[in-house]
Amino acid sequence: MTVLFWVLAVAAVASGAAVFAVGSMARATFALLASFLCVGGELLLAGLHYLGVLVVLMMIMEMLVMAVFMVMYMMNPAGLMPMSMVHNRRGALAVAGGTFAVLVAGIVAIPWPARRGGPPHDPAFALGQAIMGPKMLVMMVIGIAILATMIATVVLATRTGRYGEDGAR
Amino acid sequence: MVEVLLLGALAVAAASLDAALDGGPGPFRQAARLLVMERRMTPRADRPLTRIGVVSLPVAAALAALVVPFGGHAALDSRVGVVWFNAMEVVAWGSVWLAGWGVNSAFALVGGYRFIAQGLAYELPHMFALMTAALAAHSLDLRVIGAAQGGLWFGVWMPVAFAVYLLSALAMAFWGPFGAPLGADIAGGAALELSGPDRLVFLAGRYGLLAVASAVAVPLFLGGGDGPLLPAWLWSAVKACAVLALLVWTRRWSPVLRMDRFVQAAWTVLIPAVLLQMLVVAVVVVD
Amino acid sequence: MTLQAFLLLAAALFCVGLYGALSQQSVVMLMMGLELMINGIVVAAAGFWHRVSPGAPDGQVLVLVAITVMALEMAMGFAVVTALFRTRDVDMTDDAGDLKG
Repeated sequence: MTVLFWVLAVAAVASGAAVFAVGSMARATFALLASFLCVGGELLLAGLHYLGVLVVLMMIMEMLVMAVFMVMYMMNPAGLMPMSMVHNRRGALAVAGGTFAVLVAGIVAIPWPARRGGPPHDPAFALGQAIMGPKMLVMMVIGIAILATMIATVVLATRTGRYGEDGAR
Repeated sequence: MVEVLLLGALAVAAASLDAALDGGPGPFRQAARLLVMERRMTPRADRPLTRIGVVSLPVAAALAALVVPFGGHAALDSRVGVVWFNAMEVVAWGSVWLAGWGVNSAFALVGGYRFIAQGLAYELPHMFALMTAALAAHSLDLRVIGAAQGGLWFGVWMPVAFAVYLLSALAMAFWGPFGAPLGADIAGGAALELSGPDRLVFLAGRYGLLAVASAVAVPLFLGGGDGPLLPAWLWSAVKACAVLALLVWTRRWSPVLRMDRFVQAAWTVLIPAVLLQMLVVAVVVVD
Repeated sequence: MTLQAFLLLAAALFCVGLYGALSQQSVVMLMMGLELMINGIVVAAAGFWHRVSPGAPDGQVLVLVAITVMALEMAMGFAVVTALFRTRDVDMTDDAGDLKG
């Protein structure tokens, strides 16, 4: 279990880093997908079967939609001509490295609380009970946020304005 | 593991039936022809991505087969079988798009994009249909769902969900009316540049997906292993064969649907219909 | 699989994503960085659930929220890029910062 955890962890971070290293946008998208799949595997290892499979399911669909937009908007989607699309690389590396150092220091230094209680017989059932019971507010906020996003994205992305196709905005 | 092998045999049977209906050479002759055929290469193709796309299709079908129960027994002991099946079947989106993108060919890429459009249309009604059956059985476990429909099969009292499931089974295997991603109008679409063993593996994966989708219809809507005289696993297999034959036969008579029309129909007709079905089921189940 | 292991993985994913979000010029690549950062949060939430309080569902609910946020972030991001691209033919963060294009 522990070996599998670390293999998946290294694979997740490596494919996450590959996203910003490869030239082809299709490869970048699928490297990100690989990272998500590894994280889904980690969730399965932690006993969260429903959420792990849900991550796999949602991320495959999400990354395929992402691939469409990547190819649509990047000027060099296949990476056939190598080019660099970064700014302030050194600063970004310093900030990311510094953040990592601080986080690792915190992870090592903080005395984390001991484990309380054991996992329920069916974690998916417990999750369902929670979001339909004591944590219903979370579910309601998620629902409204999804609705608002659907409306906002359609408004932002359609060409037609209030006055029809040729669009006075 | 026997269950997975059985589904593999079902996939071969589907290919044989299709060849017999077509009057063409059987699957084994075609496989032999493709195996000895030389690979055709396109310039500046993205080989690793094409390979991943081609291989992931049968792998996803096999992984989905792990949770398919025959009688009351499945290869993998999973409590979230429905979600697992759904996740593995979505892998086909990636497979078809990658096979279309990787070969660096315009028509193949059009085929890949068609399948994503089709996926966005069929996936939501499909998920709601799965959820309806899971809701009625109070479980995401395919074995429990199969056992929960004692006298009255779910397919009988939730006909809309069953019909939507059959439609989406065709769509996820881009078969028959939903064959546009591999359409003749774009010279074979996503599989256009696949040749030799690549083509064999890709098409085998498609039959595998079709076989798994029809086998999952049995525990979801056709009472699982329920039936007189014969043992439960045999009843499951017989029902799966019947559904599979129906799906394969669909290709003989149905025209290929246009993407945009199917998207419109899916979002304006199928989703409301299956949501109403779910409401009815929820009301029946709650008391 | 200690809690520290989960948190280390989460921190590594978060920081790789942070690097991407800060360094990439293209808005779509920037969003990939943001997705990786949220990915780290998913791991951390799962780790806390597994190693600190598996009896309570809070960790699971947090994972659910993070997954939703990922999907919404991507949808909004692409809608904004589409709107930007349509009006100003821009898909780079540097150009999008200008008030007049």
